Amino acid sequence: MLSVSYLSALLLHTVCCLYPIYQLCFYIQYVVCILFISSASTYSMLSVSCLSALLLHTVCCLYPIYQLCFYIQYVVCNLFISSASTYRMLSVYQVYLMPGNSVYCGSTISPSQIPLYTKCIMRLKVILIFYSLQGRTLILKDLKSHESLYLVCITQLERRMADAGNKESAPIGGDEFTNTELENNKNNTMVEEGSTLLRRMEISVAEAEKRTGKNTVNMQEIFTVYLIETRPIDAITEVHNPAPDSLWRRYSEFEILRNYLLVTYPFIVVPPLPEKRAEFVWHKLSADNMDPDFVERRRVGLENFLLRVASHSVLSNDKILYHFLTEEHRWKEVVYETGFQAKADSRIKALSATFRVKNPDKRFTEMKHYSDELQSLTSQLLRVRARVADRLYGVYKVHGNYGRVFSEWSALEKEMGDGLQSAGHHMDAYAASVDDMLEEEEHYADQLKEYLFYAEALRAVCRKHELTQYELETASSDLISKKQQREELATGMVRTFSFKGMTNKLFGQETPEQREAKLSLLEEQIVQGEETVTEKTVECEEYVKGAWVDMQRFKEQKDRDLREALIGYAVMQISMCKKGIQVWTNAKECFHKM
Amino acid sequence: MSRTIDAVVSPTQTNTIPADISGHMLDLDEDDDLEVFSKDSTLADGNMFNASMPTSPGSMVNQCKFEEDEESDSKDIFITVDNPESHVTAIETFITYRVLTKTTRSEFDNSEYEVRRRYQDFLWLKGKLEDAHSTLIVHPLPEKFVVKGMVERFSGDFIETRRKALHKFLTRVADHPILSCSEDFKVFLSAQAWELTTYKKQGPGFLSRMGETVRAVANSVRGVKNRPEEFTAIQEYVEDFSNKIGSLDKVTQRIVKEQKEYLEELKEYGPTYTLWSGSEEELAEQLKGVAGCIERCCKETEEQVGHLSDTLVPVLHEYVLCAETLKAVLRRRDNIQAEFEAKNEALATKKVDRDAESSDLGFVWGSLLGKNPEEARHQRQERLDGEIEELKEEIDKLEDRVEWANNALKGDWGRWQRSMRGDLKSAFLSTAEKNVDYYEKCLAVWETFLLSQRTEPSEETDRDNTP
Repeated sequence: MLSVSYLSALLLHTVCCLYPIYQLCFYIQYVVCILFISSASTYSMLSVSCLSALLLHTVCCLYPIYQLCFYIQYVVCNLFISSASTYRMLSVYQVYLMPGNSVYCGSTISPSQIPLYTKCIMRLKVILIFYSLQGRTLILKDLKSHESLYLVCITQLERRMADAGNKESAPIGGDEFTNTELENNKNNTMVEEGSTLLRRMEISVAEAEKRTGKNTVNMQEIFTVYLIETRPIDAITEVHNPAPDSLWRRYSEFEILRNYLLVTYPFIVVPPLPEKRAEFVWHKLSADNMDPDFVERRRVGLENFLLRVASHSVLSNDKILYHFLTEEHRWKEVVYETGFQAKADSRIKALSATFRVKNPDKRFTEMKHYSDELQSLTSQLLRVRARVADRLYGVYKVHGNYGRVFSEWSALEKEMGDGLQSAGHHMDAYAASVDDMLEEEEHYADQLKEYLFYAEALRAVCRKHELTQYELETASSDLISKKQQREELATGMVRTFSFKGMTNKLFGQETPEQREAKLSLLEEQIVQGEETVTEKTVECEEYVKGAWVDMQRFKEQKDRDLREALIGYAVMQISMCKKGIQVWTNAKECFHKM
Repeated sequence: MSRTIDAVVSPTQTNTIPADISGHMLDLDEDDDLEVFSKDSTLADGNMFNASMPTSPGSMVNQCKFEEDEESDSKDIFITVDNPESHVTAIETFITYRVLTKTTRSEFDNSEYEVRRRYQDFLWLKGKLEDAHSTLIVHPLPEKFVVKGMVERFSGDFIETRRKALHKFLTRVADHPILSCSEDFKVFLSAQAWELTTYKKQGPGFLSRMGETVRAVANSVRGVKNRPEEFTAIQEYVEDFSNKIGSLDKVTQRIVKEQKEYLEELKEYGPTYTLWSGSEEELAEQLKGVAGCIERCCKETEEQVGHLSDTLVPVLHEYVLCAETLKAVLRRRDNIQAEFEAKNEALATKKVDRDAESSDLGFVWGSLLGKNPEEARHQRQERLDGEIEELKEEIDKLEDRVEWANNALKGDWGRWQRSMRGDLKSAFLSTAEKNVDYYEKCLAVWETFLLSQRTEPSEETDRDNTP
C-alpha cells in the first residue's frame, strides 16, 4: 500500500497531466481501489478517512461543472469505508484472502459467529456491486480477478456457514436432552454451546473517544472512553434493522469487570484485557496512552475481550456482564454490591502466600509450569519481534533517501533523468510501505500479547487450585490429629512419649468427668472436621473438574488462535514479499530505461 | 601515437627525485616540481601536438571516438588482478597482487605476462598517466589506507576490496583508447620488479603525483577569465554529481549497516520460535515451520546484504573517487588555460611597453642618460621585439596546448559519462534484480509454509463433519 503522501503526489501529478477530467476521476478511483485491493490487509479507519478527505479535496479543486463526478467520488469513499471495515472484520474472524483466489477460514464457523459472518458476506456483496458498477464504466481486467476472488470468498463463507448451521440443528433438536449429556459435550462444544450470550446478542466496541473529567481526588484528567454497541440478534433477523443500544465505558471499568469475573469464577481462565500501557514498543511506536494508534489497537483488544467473554459458556451467563453491556449508570453500584472486592483482596493475599502442597495434582503442576514457560517464551518472542520490526523499519526508511537523491540527481542527468526520477518514486513507495506492514504486524503482536497475559490467568487458576488443595490438606491433617487425641483419651494409653504423658505422671490422672468433657468436645470437633473435610473435598473436586474443563477449552482455543496467528503472520510475510517484488520489479524497469 | 607522447614527455622530467624519498620532503618540493612540470610539458605537449596532430585539433576528438568504438568491438588486452600475497620485511609489511596480462597488441613482445605489483606501483602508474595526460580522466585507485568501514589494513575483506578496485583500475586503463597505449602502462604490465624499479627512477612521476591534490588546490586560486562555457557546465555538473554520488554512497552504506543489524536480530528471532515449539504439543509443528521459514529468510537476507556490499557499494565508492578525479582534471585544464591567459597578458603589456618606447618619453629618458638616443631606443625596441616574438611563440604553443587539452577532455568526457552511466545502471539493475530475487525466494518459503498449513484445517473440518 502506497502512503498517502505518495498518493497525493501521484494525484497532483495526474491532475496536471490528464486532460479529460471525467477520465481523471475514474483513474483516481481506479488507482485508489487497486491500491486498496492489492493489499489484503486491514486499514484503520483513520487512513481511510484521510484518503477520502484527499479524494474530496482533489475533486473540490476541479470545476464545479462536474458535480456528477463529485457524487461518484462520494459514493466511492463510502464504499471504501465499508470495505475497510469489512477487511477488518475478515481479519478478526480469521478469513484470509489467499493467493490463488481461494479463501482460508481459520476454523469452522461456530454458530455464535454466524451473524458476524453474515455481516461479512453482506459487505463483500456490497463491494461486488461496486465492482460491477465500475466494470460498466471502465473495462478493467484486474477487476475481474478481484471479483472472482470475492465470489469465491462469499461462496466459501456461505458453505461454511451452512455446515455450521447443520451442526447447530442437532443440539437444537435435542434441547430436551438431559443436562448431563450437554455436560459431556462441554469439552468440545464449549464455545459453540447454545446458551452463550453472543448467540443472543451482537456485541462490538465501535469507537473510542477522548474525554476530560474529574477523578476521585477532583483533579482534571483526560481519559478515553469506548463505545459498546449491543443488539439483540432476534431484532436483526426481523425486517427492520434497529439501531444498536450503545453506552460508553472506560478502560478502568473493563478492569473492574475482569476482576469481578476473576474472583467469581476462579476455576476459569478469564480472557485478559489488552495491555494497559504499550509494552514491547520499538522506536516508531508511541508509548503514549493517548496515541490514536494505541487507542485503536486497544479498542480492537477490548472488543476481542468482550467477544471472548460473551462466547464463554460460563462467563457469558453472568448477570453482571449483562449489566455491564446494557446499563450505563447503575452498573458500578451493582458490581460493588457483590462484595467481590473483599474477596479479591483476600484472594490476592492467599495467592501471594507461600505454602507447600503435600499431594499436588500432577496435571495442575504441569499446567502451572507450562504457564510460566508460555509467559517467558511469548515475552521473549515479543521482545525480539519488536527489535526485528525496529531494524526492518530502519532498512526500509533508509531506502527512502534513495528517493530523494535520485530525484535530485535526475535533474542533472539528461539521459537517465526520467528513469532515475521514477526509480526514486518507487524507492519512496518502498520506504512508505513499511508503515502499513508494521502496523499490520502490530496486530500479530497483539495476538501474541493476549497469550502472554493469558499465561497469567492460567497460572492464577493453578495457584487457586493449590490453595484449595492446601486447605483440604490442612483440614484433613487437623482431623487426623483430633482423631488421634480422641483415641489416646479413650484408651488412656499414651502411645508415644509426650508432654501430656509427662504431665499426667507428674500431676496425677485427670478425673473421669474431665476426661468425659474433653472427649465429648473432641467428638464434636471431629464431626465438624469431618464435615469440613468432605466439604473441602467436594469443593476441591469440583474445582478440579471445572478448572480442568476450562483449561482444556483454553488449550484448544489457544492452539486454534495461535495457529491462526501464525498463518496470519505467514500471510503478512507473503504480502510483504509481494510488495517487495512489485516495487523492485518496477524499480528494475526504471533502471533498465536509463 | 602514444609512443610519441611518452618519448617526448619522459626527457622533460629532468628534475629526478629518488623514488625512496619521504613524503615529508615531497611537500617542500611541490612548487619546484610544479614549475618544472608546467614549463617543460608545455614544450612537450606542443611538440607532441605538432608531431602527431598536423591536422585540426577537432579530428583528435574524432579519432578518440573512433578508437573507442573499435575498442569495444575488439578488446585486445585482458588483465586480471588476483592472488594477493603478504610480504613481511624488516622495514615494512605489504601486499603484492599478481597481474596477469593477455594481449594481442603488437607493442608487446609476448602475448602473456605475469608480474607481481604492490599498491605503490599502481600509484606510480596512475601518477605517470596523469602527468602525461593531464586532461584525460584516469580511473581512480582505491584510497591509500582505509576504505571506509574497514579498520584492519591486512584483513581479508580489505585486501579483497582493494584487489577488486585495482583490477577495475587496470581494466579501465586497458579499455582507454589513449592511456592503454602508454609506455608506462606497458612497462607496468610486463617489467619484472627490478626493471620497474629502475624504470621508476627515471622520472619523478610517482612522487610528483602524490602532492597533486595540494598542488591543484594551490593552483585553483589562479582564476581563468574566459573558460569555455562547456567546461563551466562540466564543472558545475561535476560539483553536483560529486554531491549526489556522495549521498548515494552514504545511503547505501547505511542500508548495509541497517541490514546487517536486521540480520543479527533475525538470527535471534527464528530460534525463539524453535524454543517455543519445545513446550507446545499441538502447535509444535507450526512453530517449527515458522522458525524454519525465518531461518531460511535469514540466509536469504545474508546473501542479499553480501550482494549489496559486493555490487553497489564498491561501484558507488569508485564513483565518489571518480568525482574527485574529475575535479582534479578540470583544475588541471584550468591551469593550462590560466597560464595561456597569463602569457597573453604579458604579451599585451610588452606591446604597450613597446608602443610607449616609440613615443617621446623614451627619447627624453634616453638623452638624459647621455646615450645615443636613437641607438638606445633601437636596442630596447629590438630587445622588446625579441621578447614579444618569444612570447608569441610561447603563446602559440600554449594555445595549441590548451586546445589539445580541451579536446582531449571533451573526448574523454563523453567516454567517461557513457561508462559511468553503464556502470551505475548495471549496479543498480543488479541490486534491483537481487532484491526481486530475494523477495521471490522469501515468498516461496512462506508460501510453502502456508500450503503445508492449509491442508490441516480442512482435515479438521472433515473430521468434525463426519460424526
